[in-house]
Amino acid sequence: MFKRRIPLFILAFVGTLLIVSVFIPPMENLGEDFTLFFDIIAVFAFFLGGGNLVRIHFGKLRRRKKDWGFSIVTLVAFFFMLTIGLLKVSSVGGVWNIPLLGIGDPAAIAASPTTEGSWFQETFNYVINPLQSTMYALLAFFVASASYRAFRAKNREATLLLLAAFIILLGRTPFGMELTRWVPESFSVLQIPNMAIWIMNSPNLAGQRAILIGIGLGVVSMSLRLILGIERSYLGEDRG
Amino acid sequence: MKLKLFVVSLVVLLSFSIAFAQEDTLTVPPIPPDSALLPAAVTGLVAKDTDNDHGHAITLKWQPSADDGAGRQSVAMYEVFRWVPDLMTRIPALRDTLEYLKLRTGDGWSPPEPGSRTDSIHNVFASLDDAQLEERKESLEQTISQAIRDLPAAHAAYPEDGDWQQVAVAPAGSATAADVGTKEKDTPDYLPDYSDFYYRVDAVTADPAIRTASEIVGPVQSYGQWFNKGRLAVSVFVLIFGLLTIFFVQHARRGADLYVRPMAGIEAVDDAIGRATEMGRPILYVLGLGTADMIATIASFTILGRVARRVAEYQTKLIVPAYEPVVMAVAQEVVKTAYYDAGRPDDYDEDIVFFVTSLQFAYVAAVNGLMLRELPATNVYMGKFFAESLLLAETGAVAGSIQIAGTDEIAQIPFFIVACDYTLIGEELYAASAYLGREPILLGSLKAQDWAKAGVIALAVAGLALSNLAVAYDWSWASSIVDFFRVVD
Repeated sequence: MFKRRIPLFILAFVGTLLIVSVFIPPMENLGEDFTLFFDIIAVFAFFLGGGNLVRIHFGKLRRRKKDWGFSIVTLVAFFFMLTIGLLKVSSVGGVWNIPLLGIGDPAAIAASPTTEGSWFQETFNYVINPLQSTMYALLAFFVASASYRAFRAKNREATLLLLAAFIILLGRTPFGMELTRWVPESFSVLQIPNMAIWIMNSPNLAGQRAILIGIGLGVVSMSLRLILGIERSYLGEDRG
Repeated sequence: MKLKLFVVSLVVLLSFSIAFAQEDTLTVPPIPPDSALLPAAVTGLVAKDTDNDHGHAITLKWQPSADDGAGRQSVAMYEVFRWVPDLMTRIPALRDTLEYLKLRTGDGWSPPEPGSRTDSIHNVFASLDDAQLEERKESLEQTISQAIRDLPAAHAAYPEDGDWQQVAVAPAGSATAADVGTKEKDTPDYLPDYSDFYYRVDAVTADPAIRTASEIVGPVQSYGQWFNKGRLAVSVFVLIFGLLTIFFVQHARRGADLYVRPMAGIEAVDDAIGRATEMGRPILYVLGLGTADMIATIASFTILGRVARRVAEYQTKLIVPAYEPVVMAVAQEVVKTAYYDAGRPDDYDEDIVFFVTSLQFAYVAAVNGLMLRELPATNVYMGKFFAESLLLAETGAVAGSIQIAGTDEIAQIPFFIVACDYTLIGEELYAASAYLGREPILLGSLKAQDWAKAGVIALAVAGLALSNLAVAYDWSWASSIVDFFRVVD
């Protein structure tokens, strides 16, 4: 009984307190103070994450599950980063430093593992960063393929979308400007760049704000459900 | 010989007289600026406590100088000065010494760099042993606490033992400035409440030496308010919305049949799980990149619980790769309970929910790899998504999966709409949990949400009309109604 009631009580109490604090100036920073609790818990949870990763992949290896080869790569990379980070391995100008093993400069123990020259930081700079950038660069190709699918004029809505996209694409290029330069100043609203601006600032912004208002209401409603104890699935309880 | 001596003495005397004459020229006080060049002073200076805050701040208002934007147009800026007692200026120096003593008596002490500020403090205390240092530290702590307590009295002694200090600068054309301090007593910006402050504002020209001070205003005290009136409209709305929710929940509890708008994305969840069962392929559930304290992630937990329950009933395989360890821990608990509730605890596998990585694109690479290897029949994306939304959804589309997405990140909604079969837009994500459960109490809160939305639309239309009418017919009552809804931070 207490396993459910205590978290519900904490949530109701803290939730109400934080709502009230928004309207009471001396309590304004209470929200920031409470997020510190989350940060503290998150630090311990990282051990949980690392432990889970090792357990899952060792299990895959032991049982020779499908694609177990990838688990070797994961585990080697995990332990390599963990070791060089914990030991603070660095080599600057050909001089090795492993302060925790008494090799090189012992004062380097105090240095952060992310200082320039440390293997931890170098691996991040020369392996992880390029790999992340590669993944991010793929986005350009995915945008092209998604646009191709979205802009097919299958029905009235899709045609409207295609038309709006066409105007905005043209309006953001010098070609769009050149195309409608002949339109007199008194009808400047019909120049493609101005039409693009209008689409972005009026219908698009209005739609976005409508969604934002909905999100605001949804957040308040969800928060009230949590505070009132109506919504409990986050506790692993599938009942209202 | 005598003549030579006389000439040398004369030269020496002459040199001295020239040197002294030079010295005299250098120490002559600066000539006061020509009064014709001085800008007109600001007028009507008023200082009062800043509204709707926790105190420790004063707002100043004035009429700009006659030479600001008009007259000689010589005013470049305004400098705000506050009279500060000597006691207040001594506190930072005492704190520096205390900081030094704390470092010196703590672990990891290393001597400061020669010539630094800390080094000059170090020279004073270098010969003291640990016990003496500890004694000095405690004594200094008491001195600082007493000094802070004495600040109101020191301010009341105006104009004795104090001087003017610049506390704010405002550009030309300004008619207001704020002197904002902090409530933290151990910071240099601490501004004590209930102390008598005195202010003046200088109209300053491009040459900072040419300036005119205003009349001095004061005493004025800062103090905190217990209610932020600028957020009155928000508090009223939250109250009404809370009451609406409680009303509809009670209404639902009494057995009322509540109609809730259909949501195609949510209705598709059951079909998608059925499809996965028929095809013998897994369901991939992605909780997004949000942390467990985000509302979108909490809503996603709820939906995961419902999906996991159906999955357990249909005995389909579920895959939940987590981006964040706390999210993983909560999701494991949610899925476990869902399997127990479905009466299939034996089917629950701890490896259903697993941690991948907390690096955004590494996570994308891992999940995309899963999609292409496992070829899930259905991909569900619910929660907070950022740049990875399209990378995930397009890969899912390539893998031929049915895709259902929901996020409250406005910038990502178009990507999901384009690449997924069904998308929950914004608040539909929060409504989904109530809709999926079909439980009267949860539907009651959903109903309250719909009514509030109708209220917001009505208010937006009324506000638009009133704002225009207030301008067109100069209706002050209409302006005051519109102002009531203006939120001031």
